[in-house]
Amino acid sequence: MPEFFLELFSEEIPARMQARAAEDLARLVGEALAPLAPSAVATFCGPRRIALAAQVAAAVAESRSAERGPRRNAPEQALAGFLRKHGATCAQLREEGAFWVLDKVSPGVEAASLIAAALPPLLWRFPWPKSMRWGGTSAFTWVRPLRRILCLLDGAVVPFDLREGADDGHGLASANQTEGHRFLAPGAFPVTSAGAWRAMLRERRVIVDAAERKRLIADGLAGLAATRGLAVVDDPGLLDEVAGLVEWPVPLIGRIDDAYMDLPAEVMQVSMRVNQRYFALRDALGRAAPFFAFVANITAADGGATIIAGNERVLRARFADARHFWDLDRTRTLASRVPALDAVTFHAKLGSQGERVRRLVRLAAVIAPFVKADMAKAKRAALLAKADLTTGMVAEFPELQGVMGSYYALHDGEDACVAEAIRDHYAPKGPADAVPGNPVGTTAALADKLDLLAGFFAIGEKPTGSGDPYALRRAALGIIRIIRERGLRLPLRVLVAEAGAGQPARPDVEDILGFLAERLRVQLRTEGARHDVLAAVLGAGLDDDFTRLLARTDAVAEMLAGEDGANLLAAYRRAANILRIEERKDGPHDGPVQPALLEAAEEIALAAALDRVAPVVRAEIGHEAFTAAMAALASLRAPLDAFFDKVTVNDERPELRRNRLALLARVRAAMNMAADFSKIEG
Amino acid sequence: MPNTASTPPSFQELILRLHAFWSRQGCVILQPYDVEMGAGTFHPATTLRALGATPWAAAYVQPSRRPTDGRYGENPNRLQHYYQYQVIMKPSPAEAQALLLESYRELGLDPLLHDFRFVEDDWESPTLGAWGLGWEVWCDGMEVGQFTYFQQVGGISVALPSFEMTYGLERLAMYVQNVENVYDLDFNGRGVRYGDIFLRAEREYSAYNFEHADTAALSRHFADAERECAALLDRKLALPAYDQCIKASHLFNLLEARGVISVTERASYIARVRTLAKGCCEAWIAGEDAARA
Repeated sequence: MPEFFLELFSEEIPARMQARAAEDLARLVGEALAPLAPSAVATFCGPRRIALAAQVAAAVAESRSAERGPRRNAPEQALAGFLRKHGATCAQLREEGAFWVLDKVSPGVEAASLIAAALPPLLWRFPWPKSMRWGGTSAFTWVRPLRRILCLLDGAVVPFDLREGADDGHGLASANQTEGHRFLAPGAFPVTSAGAWRAMLRERRVIVDAAERKRLIADGLAGLAATRGLAVVDDPGLLDEVAGLVEWPVPLIGRIDDAYMDLPAEVMQVSMRVNQRYFALRDALGRAAPFFAFVANITAADGGATIIAGNERVLRARFADARHFWDLDRTRTLASRVPALDAVTFHAKLGSQGERVRRLVRLAAVIAPFVKADMAKAKRAALLAKADLTTGMVAEFPELQGVMGSYYALHDGEDACVAEAIRDHYAPKGPADAVPGNPVGTTAALADKLDLLAGFFAIGEKPTGSGDPYALRRAALGIIRIIRERGLRLPLRVLVAEAGAGQPARPDVEDILGFLAERLRVQLRTEGARHDVLAAVLGAGLDDDFTRLLARTDAVAEMLAGEDGANLLAAYRRAANILRIEERKDGPHDGPVQPALLEAAEEIALAAALDRVAPVVRAEIGHEAFTAAMAALASLRAPLDAFFDKVTVNDERPELRRNRLALLARVRAAMNMAADFSKIEG
Repeated sequence: MPNTASTPPSFQELILRLHAFWSRQGCVILQPYDVEMGAGTFHPATTLRALGATPWAAAYVQPSRRPTDGRYGENPNRLQHYYQYQVIMKPSPAEAQALLLESYRELGLDPLLHDFRFVEDDWESPTLGAWGLGWEVWCDGMEVGQFTYFQQVGGISVALPSFEMTYGLERLAMYVQNVENVYDLDFNGRGVRYGDIFLRAEREYSAYNFEHADTAALSRHFADAERECAALLDRKLALPAYDQCIKASHLFNLLEARGVISVTERASYIARVRTLAKGCCEAWIAGEDAARA
């Protein structure tokens, strides 16, 4: 099979877009060349090129097909439309029964012709997340200027260009040329195959495979670190990004001036990772080491000495800036910054951060007893939580909010719990982030999120399918995680109402509770748990104590997983079905069961079982013994099965039928105490 | 250290070398624009000339005022007044990246000894209604320039995309001269330092920007500039109108440094300047079209 090879050589492609571009290229080429059945598809991506190699069929064989057209007596427009669609004339049609038929011949096509026709439209509509125009007037866009197209079929150029009508397509046309490393091997050279392309680029200081670059970087950095008895702090995201920033990775290590080693670890981390794409290093004891690792794109003539010195200088300047804020911010206490929050806008309709803080303090006081937090500390943490928004460091590095407040609180001599809570009140910031570590932090974090939900619901800014600009889903999930992971018993209805009371407008409390319950259901589904069971339990009434709600859900799920439960569910559905049908005729049938009208032994037994079980279920649910309640319910299985086996519900005597329907209605009511079983799936 | 072979270029020598280099590339060498502005992009030679179908190439130094960046002369890296070296070429030449790297070589930065990189940077100026795609140019981990392919200016898609290059001259000079404090830069190669010329100005302007600027007067000036701009646009006088737009933008920056603009007001100020910029850009293009007709 011939080898198809395509390389798109451009100015530097943003690192975060490269892998996706290679996937898109594979997908689009797969679709466009489908008639050639491409196989063994390999893609490559890097800062200046994305490429694809595949085996393809040499040609598409001629094929014939018969297309049935409109009826012979159909209106003329129908026939004209059919002919236009197939590019045929009347003379090519034949009659077959009542229909016109067109015998179509799709001529065979050589792979090169098919490729040459398919690629220009593919490149014209390539789905870059953001693309641009450059140079002259051409409307052809690419992520950054596209400079060369290398396109080969078995070593021969597949000729095509990007002209379209009057548009010159930047004069770009396919060829067999590419370029090596920008500085180490400048200039274009010809290529004859994917293998040669790879090998010749390696000679010209370009590693085309992103996975290989990553391996070289990871191994190289680890080796360099080991020579100093250090280890690189694992950072897969940074590794991915750096592999997209270099064609010829050269790992290097620089020194951090000891004078800066007392800066908070998070501050150093932001300067190094976010601003400079440097890796952090740890010594054998896991302590931050006064070194940083990075990756250059060139083997320099002086062994990298100039490059290392330059990077050390840059980091020194960044740390000097950070030190300036660190020293300046600590000349004032966090507490003294609180009044200034009145001048910091939180949201136009929800007032200043100062007002928000006053709401948080009030709310923290309500929450504290439920999480067994020290009242004074919880209120103090809420008061100081946002004060670091007025510091220079947070103005410079917004991602350090909370973290800096915590450091400054410790510096001011605030209680350690309070300091920790200031840091943690934003937690959990995402699925990978931990929930707050102490009850004071838990209080502050719950207050922060409840206020957020209550506020934005109050001004009608609920998340929509497409948008959640204030991250309310994340806030709701944060509340859920804190409750679950800390096993908290919270009266959410009360707390949401409290949070709403401080807002400029009153939000709908049930609306917010429903939003929280829905996030809980989505979360269970994500975990692969029985979210339908939760929906069923919610169907029996929205319990605002999520810990109790989940315990009940677990018990129901556990019962349903057993044999009795599964059979009980089947019997419940049968009962509910019969009731639905019969109630449509002359329902409802929820009157009392008349013992005198009970005739068959099985219906007498079922009635007796219900008399025994229903109060037990009610009582056990009452004191949260959900497993016991479910066991009691499950004991209905045998009498219910026997009932359906032996007793005809729709007896011809109307009073018996009515009594038996009432009995089934009692079964449904008993089970509905635990959950709305009609919501159970499967 | 950079440029070990010979004495590193002085601050003014850097400018002279850049002038010589870009002049050889066919650029018109212009002088700074005489209205205060936040960045070289505001110079009409970039903002207005980036529009329309007439080819254009220019290079110039532009003093840039960023009132909020003032540090009373106490921070070695931050200034409320600094110099940008600005290059614009329309349409963008195919060899733009190569030209740029060549210019760094002229300044003594050898790309075989240093680590030059093009790192994603989407540029946007909300006040000018302008955006483009390009990179920060990194040398050994330091940003030594911004490279942008203009896509829109004044809310108008450009007829011919320009390439814009902005060098931060002080930072570049600090790197080339291996100096850690901007005030220690060698300005003329004859003993005059940057601080000798600008330290007092940084102190006084920081005090003015942060403490003493009359905010009521600034607000009035802003409203005046806005009104004047609109009136001039009615008379199709694009260039004088644009001066008023630049002034309004700078007045907004001063008001912001004084801390009297709230977050919500901020957005509305930016929108007001953008409206002026859009009007000026439209008037500029209309004038160009009329001249050609």
